[in-house]
Amino acid sequence: MKNPVLEIKNLSTSFNIKGDYYAAVDDVSITVHENEVVAIVGESGCGKSALALSVMGLHNLKNTKLEGQVNFGGQNLLSLSRNALNKVRGKDIGMIFQDPMTALNPLATIGRQIEEPMDYHMKLSASDKKKRVLELLRRVGIKNEQRVYEQYPHELSGGMRQRVVIAIALSCDPVLLLADEPTTALDVTIQAQIMDLMKELQNQMKTGIILITHDLGVVAEMADRVVVMYAGQVVEIADVKELFANPLHPYTRSLLNSIPANMEGKEKLHVIDGIVPSLQNLDRTGCRFAPRIEWIPAEDHEERPEMHEAEPNHFVRCSCYKTFYFPEDRVGEREYVATESE
Amino acid sequence: MSLLKVNDLKVHYPIRGGFFRKVVDHVRAVDGISFELQPGETYGLVGESGCGKTTSGRAIIGLNDVTAGQMMFEGKDLAQMGRIERRKYTKDIQMIFQDPYSSLNGRKNILNTIAEPLRNFERLSAKEELVRVQELVERVGLTPESIYKYPHQFSGGQRQRIGIARALALKPKLIIADEPVSALDVSVQAQVLNFMQEIQEDFDLTYLFISHDLGIIQHMCDRIGIMYRGRFVEEGTADEIYKNAQHVYTKRLIAAIPEMNPEKRFEKMHLRQAINQEYQTEYNNYFDNDGRMYDLKKLSDTHSVAMQ
Repeated sequence: MKNPVLEIKNLSTSFNIKGDYYAAVDDVSITVHENEVVAIVGESGCGKSALALSVMGLHNLKNTKLEGQVNFGGQNLLSLSRNALNKVRGKDIGMIFQDPMTALNPLATIGRQIEEPMDYHMKLSASDKKKRVLELLRRVGIKNEQRVYEQYPHELSGGMRQRVVIAIALSCDPVLLLADEPTTALDVTIQAQIMDLMKELQNQMKTGIILITHDLGVVAEMADRVVVMYAGQVVEIADVKELFANPLHPYTRSLLNSIPANMEGKEKLHVIDGIVPSLQNLDRTGCRFAPRIEWIPAEDHEERPEMHEAEPNHFVRCSCYKTFYFPEDRVGEREYVATESE
Repeated sequence: MSLLKVNDLKVHYPIRGGFFRKVVDHVRAVDGISFELQPGETYGLVGESGCGKTTSGRAIIGLNDVTAGQMMFEGKDLAQMGRIERRKYTKDIQMIFQDPYSSLNGRKNILNTIAEPLRNFERLSAKEELVRVQELVERVGLTPESIYKYPHQFSGGQRQRIGIARALALKPKLIIADEPVSALDVSVQAQVLNFMQEIQEDFDLTYLFISHDLGIIQHMCDRIGIMYRGRFVEEGTADEIYKNAQHVYTKRLIAAIPEMNPEKRFEKMHLRQAINQEYQTEYNNYFDNDGRMYDLKKLSDTHSVAMQ
């Protein structure tokens, strides 16, 4: 078994809204191993970004409450002081942000921006530093690295900027990379390039990657293991092949059925009823997905949904997956009969 | 007869510079595209950012000036018309915008938002107007009470449906949908796409569907035009484009669609590398010395490719 790099144990992140705390991340436990890509998938508001920011300690603690443990390199990141945390993030944990336009400083050259974390975390001479930056730029697939070194972000295209952001994340040889929607702001062909680049780098460097995304296509291409989140909770964890071949939780199955690329021809796409509940309106007892699959009888859900190991290494929350079906699969038959008789 | 026939449409923007800020060159945002929309079909315009797909859509509805070319709508050339004459046709062509957050006026309630096109083009009493708006609101699946609410009280998918209701208010024949779902979550995306297909049947609509997402285009469109640098690279039915792409750029776009089967991802990566290789080596067969694409050449009745 490979060594775990990061262990998130019972992490809860709650935000203060008008005096009360509401959990956006609710009792989440995830382990990331060496050389493993763990994808966290879910729609907006499911807590995936709040989770990433908690790991990096980027929440404002004035109105955020963090509970649980984030174990990394033998210490609990949540209990570290700001100074101690600064020694870890940017060095052992690199982060790739969603929007390369805003993640870079428009006033500093690319070279300067990649050197910055090295100044902080490594003691290198100026010439060694430059050598390393050029090497990094080459590694992320930038061919004219000498020129790019001197350039400013606005002189580069979106794909190039994202490569620079990746180079910054890799600058101090991280053990873990946190990528928050790394390809969402990019064009399809550039997205493909960045995905292939990340796969290649990951193979070379053996880092663990947490990939946060809403795009199941990106998950299928990149991930080794997938964590599906809904309304702050983990609802399913499985190996990527297993998840796409045999999705269990109703939410995962609904999501997969609502993607056009998954359907042949002009069939109707599956629509999930209702909306994602807001933090304040979320019913925290029982199965959180139940209000959106009302045709499943209440007794099929658990009162306190737990994660079950349905197959080896395939975990799913609540028992409702056992009897879940799509209404259109059955109603379709009935409608057909009705129109025939008319 | 085709509903809309676009012939050699060009939209150029001047680049000014030098002494007296004279026009020194042009940005050829759209550089000679031609296509036809048959009544009732969905035509997809695909390309990466900056390829001119949105500019084309905006030119057809009249939000951009046209440099040259014809846009024959039911046999009349929209490009030649003056403002007043053109106004008669604005009723028939409506638009659904990309971002439901910025395309609705935050200070107007839903009644006023949807009634605005009605007030511009039809004379209705307050009562008739209310009835029409309520019908539309119900048709897009919102409750009748919601007409007194404001945009911020709705979710993204609901807002996009309000935008669609506004576009439907004047019973248009052609709807230009510019990336209608790219700002929405997957499950909400599905809702809006299904809904667009439903109203297409109910209202006999023709869609010009502009998007960069090839998965959605495949799902929605009957015929597809692939754009690159302001020109068409390839045009054909959905099957022809997805199963029998001829131009190397089209192949590259299709190879870039994420593989949904994790078992095949390394195959896909190798396929992409092979196509990129082909793109490098055979560049000259597809682009002339100025890096411009060749004119479209017909392969069959429906399928044409920009090749030498």
